[in-house]
Amino acid sequence: MSDTQAQGQRTTASDRPVGGSLRLLPPVQGATERLSAHLARNGQARCRGTALVRAVGQAGLTGRGGAAFPTDVKLAAVAGASGRKAVIANGAEGEPGSVKDAVLLRHVPHLVLDGLQLAAEAVGATEAYLYTGAWLAGWVRQTLAQRADDVPVTVIEAPPRFLSGQETAVVSRVSGGLSLPTFSPRRVSERGVNGAPTLVQNVETLAHLALIARHGPDWFRQLGTPAEPGTTLVTVNAGGRRTVTEVELGTALADVITAVGTAVLIGGYHGTWLPMTTALSLTLDNRALRRHHAALGAGVLAVLPRQACGLVETARVTRYLAAESAGQCGPCLNGLPRIAAAMAELAGPRPRRGTVQAVERWAGLVTGRGACHHPDGTARLVRSALTVFEVELGRHANGRCSATTHHPVLPLPRAEEMPLTDEDWL
Amino acid sequence: MTHVLRVNPIACVGHGICAELLPELIEIDEWGYPIVDTRPVPPWLERETHRAVAACPVLALTLQHAERRK
Repeated sequence: MSDTQAQGQRTTASDRPVGGSLRLLPPVQGATERLSAHLARNGQARCRGTALVRAVGQAGLTGRGGAAFPTDVKLAAVAGASGRKAVIANGAEGEPGSVKDAVLLRHVPHLVLDGLQLAAEAVGATEAYLYTGAWLAGWVRQTLAQRADDVPVTVIEAPPRFLSGQETAVVSRVSGGLSLPTFSPRRVSERGVNGAPTLVQNVETLAHLALIARHGPDWFRQLGTPAEPGTTLVTVNAGGRRTVTEVELGTALADVITAVGTAVLIGGYHGTWLPMTTALSLTLDNRALRRHHAALGAGVLAVLPRQACGLVETARVTRYLAAESAGQCGPCLNGLPRIAAAMAELAGPRPRRGTVQAVERWAGLVTGRGACHHPDGTARLVRSALTVFEVELGRHANGRCSATTHHPVLPLPRAEEMPLTDEDWL
Repeated sequence: MTHVLRVNPIACVGHGICAELLPELIEIDEWGYPIVDTRPVPPWLERETHRAVAACPVLALTLQHAERRK
């Protein structure tokens, strides 16, 4: 099976799936690591159970799905609960600009599945799930059939929606419902899959956990920064390609971004635009990014080339984000289409006066008022665009635009793939 | 014991009764949905707050202990 087949419609022929690897990906790039090769390279886990929860805490591993929450805290919360428990490996990867989870599942499935087993054992879970897109589900089932795991793993297909990987949406889908965010005063670690305390971890987080179980926390801390140890996978979107690279946290962004451009979107479509000159002076870790109101998120970086307009690109993405709203919460349902329409106006010639102020007002009005962070993330994206592309706003006010091509830059699914009915969330 | 107001944004359909009963802590946005003051409810508004919570037709408005997050 070739990479393009494994990743289905998500990967175009121009994608270079793997750019570099340090720990997670196999030495032979492009190949799938079979069980025997995986065991030869990584060996057997030496640290398990509650000792592994401690080791993960000492290692300072945080979630690689976007929120960067301390993994040991989540593990301990579920381990401390009683009764039937569940673990979910989250490989939904709804971000159009991200392919790192697909690359992991395609190239090192056994490392991820080891992590899932070790996490299940550490929290005392008797059921495990792997949640991923339809184009990878069959591949993962085939891989599972080669293993003799203690905790049975059920593969659940994630619909190709931006919000599919949102934690409560994952739990809802795995429980048999729609892949929509839910609202509950209880955390999923208290009440998750069909009421059972549930651990939801990104597939990359589980792969790191599987390596910590083998090599220990000191080894893990040999790379990265003291505050943010280890490595992380990033997907760099540049020149029409998505390239997955494993980098140390704290790596200079100038070493990660080699493409020429005017701005960089950091952290995906819920992320933050930064001018290229600012981005190139920073390191890739949340402590450095936070000072510029940015965060690493799930590791998506996207370069805006010189010939493209940041307002046009942001308007395209905002329209997509509005369409991908679950439509469950009033402020998101009403606010996001208005923000998208206003951004489309700003992306065109001579927008009406007051449009920028309207976007700012609506961005403030939707923030913090959804069951999930979709409105907050969308507001963050458009606010950063209004700041970073301020000069461009002035050009548009005079009926000009600095774009020299109308070729779209940021990857998006086709318009006809937008959700319309309940079935689109299954 | 201090309490905070919390609205379930999925259940809320914007009846607006809460803002009529408790304008001190709840205002209505331009789409008809409540913007709730999430600071601890002051003691002199406890009665009105309980009344607003009880009046929500879809039980979207709740009072929670201040120390319990989310």
